[in-house]
Amino acid sequence: MTKKTKKEKRPEPSNSGLIDITRKKFRWSDYLAEKVIKGTAFLSITIIVLIFVFVFRESVPIFSSAKPVEKTETSAGAQPEQETYGEVTDKQVDPEVQETYGEVTDQPAAPEVQETYGEVTDNSEESGSTDESYTVSAGSGHDDNQTALKSLLTKDWVPVSEKPRYGILALIVGTFKITFISILFAAPLAILAALYTASFASRRVKEIIKPTIELLAGFPSVVIGFFALMVLASFLQDVFHYDTRLNSFVGGIAMGIAAIPIIFTITEDALTAVPKSFYEASLALGASKWQTAFFVILPAATPGIFAAVLLGIGRVFGETMIALMATGNAAQMGLNPFESVRTLAATIGAEMAEVVFGDTHYNVLFLIGSLLFIFTFVINAIAEFYVKGKLMKRIQGK
Amino acid sequence: MAIEKIHTENMFLHYGSKMALNNISISIPEKKITAFIGPSGCGKSTFLRSLNRMNDLIDGVKIEGNIFIDHINIYDKNIDVVTLRKKVGMVFQKSNPFAKSIFENVAYGPRINGIKDKNQLGEIVETALKNAAIWDEVKDRLGDSALGLSGGQQQRLCIARTLAVNPEIVLMDEPASALDPLSTSKIEELIVGLKEKYTIVIVTHNMQQAARISDLTAFFYLGELIEFDKTKKIFTNPEKKQTEDYITGRFG
Repeated sequence: MTKKTKKEKRPEPSNSGLIDITRKKFRWSDYLAEKVIKGTAFLSITIIVLIFVFVFRESVPIFSSAKPVEKTETSAGAQPEQETYGEVTDKQVDPEVQETYGEVTDQPAAPEVQETYGEVTDNSEESGSTDESYTVSAGSGHDDNQTALKSLLTKDWVPVSEKPRYGILALIVGTFKITFISILFAAPLAILAALYTASFASRRVKEIIKPTIELLAGFPSVVIGFFALMVLASFLQDVFHYDTRLNSFVGGIAMGIAAIPIIFTITEDALTAVPKSFYEASLALGASKWQTAFFVILPAATPGIFAAVLLGIGRVFGETMIALMATGNAAQMGLNPFESVRTLAATIGAEMAEVVFGDTHYNVLFLIGSLLFIFTFVINAIAEFYVKGKLMKRIQGK
Repeated sequence: MAIEKIHTENMFLHYGSKMALNNISISIPEKKITAFIGPSGCGKSTFLRSLNRMNDLIDGVKIEGNIFIDHINIYDKNIDVVTLRKKVGMVFQKSNPFAKSIFENVAYGPRINGIKDKNQLGEIVETALKNAAIWDEVKDRLGDSALGLSGGQQQRLCIARTLAVNPEIVLMDEPASALDPLSTSKIEELIVGLKEKYTIVIVTHNMQQAARISDLTAFFYLGELIEFDKTKKIFTNPEKKQTEDYITGRFG
């Protein structure tokens, strides 16, 4: 009631009729809307940060080995003892017995039995011991993690073996290789298609092309993977006559197909956003349509196209299903595009479901997850800061 | 009157079903400044744009009648529109430099015409910039982006860009309407200087501007050409009542 009386009182001194602007009103709906929007924004950021923290935390044990056992042999490098596990280190081990688990060491293992995990269990124990030995290795974390850490920057990805090695180098190289191939395939196609749609196509054609290609963006990647696996791989092998049917080339093309809609849509938007006055000015100077498209429209849209390609890279980089189905999944380092590769994402996809919780392998997979996270973050950061900062400045002269 | 450059006979233009130009017949002389004046929507810009066939870009435009430039019908089937636009350059209302450097903006025209030699390009750019009276302001920063220039400078750069192609006719669509008085007077000076070499057709909303710079003035109203005569005559002793009303500010 007091408010109302105030309202009635106020206008009096200013001689009525005038709108009073001196009294600040508190608008509940505005306040609430603002807070809700703000809260949502922060929530999404928080969730992303939390996911990253979780993923990274799970990979931390690899680094957190406090090196309780300062082994002189280890520093010497080539000593055979460095690969042993658990209590085994305390015993004087025969140099030949390198990579055995738990109780297995009690038995004189044959030197040949090194990497064949399955056979070892057959020789020594019941099949149930598999779990046991894993538990042992997981329990005595430090040594395990140290070896894992050491093998991290090698090229051998052999996580399930007597002597597991977690060399992610081949995975990284494979991922970059396949990303490179797919972008090399997708970017020119998508950009040219966008250029056609934006500058040449009649309105009716444009109204068909754009939604159609955009629809492809929602195509389940497993279907593309399936197509690559069954059709594309055989077709490309028939054409190029290489040995391995599933390789980074096939995978790259398939992933490129997945990336094209993204690159296309954003490039098309960037090209359409180029002021029409540029187009008119160029034509008025006696330039033909294609000259205008290539020398005026395309350069003016460079920042947008750059962002589009980076988003495409991001898409390919994290692509799991296609990588899993069409790349052959062999961790190889070579630069030959017709070799099978294994990508970071595919490795997680293939192995995470079967790994023992808390195991070194488990930790390494999370480390790979963190890596993917970081790479993607870096790519997006480049897109954000380089495009919005430097490139825009260069092009717009601000 | 001097040699005839542009000539139209009974020209009609429709946007879809709406008639925008109604029976325009005009004869524009060479190396003079011809101004088109008239209220908004009277068709003067539309007419200007049909002189280098920029209206082709707009859907639903239909043109009847003939436009002759140097006695050649530019709406003939055999006309190469790209070359026509080299011959008939255009400066737009809103300055529209490309998102390139100052040098590249001016060099673009010659370059698409096949000039690759750097020295030659440099010369063309310098001449064009000098002709557009902007050389002294930009000669030390030719590599900078053209979008960093002021509005008036950008417009003069656009004029330089048009001149670099070496056209015979320069069409100007309200080239100074978005500029402050100082930049406007610079542009006007520039335009007057250009008539030695080029035939200039300028659309303007600013009647004082038309009176100051043009040799001939055409008054358009509702898609019709009401009166076309020497500027002095139009502004001092117009034949038609409508022209007089417009010029004296009774409507428009």
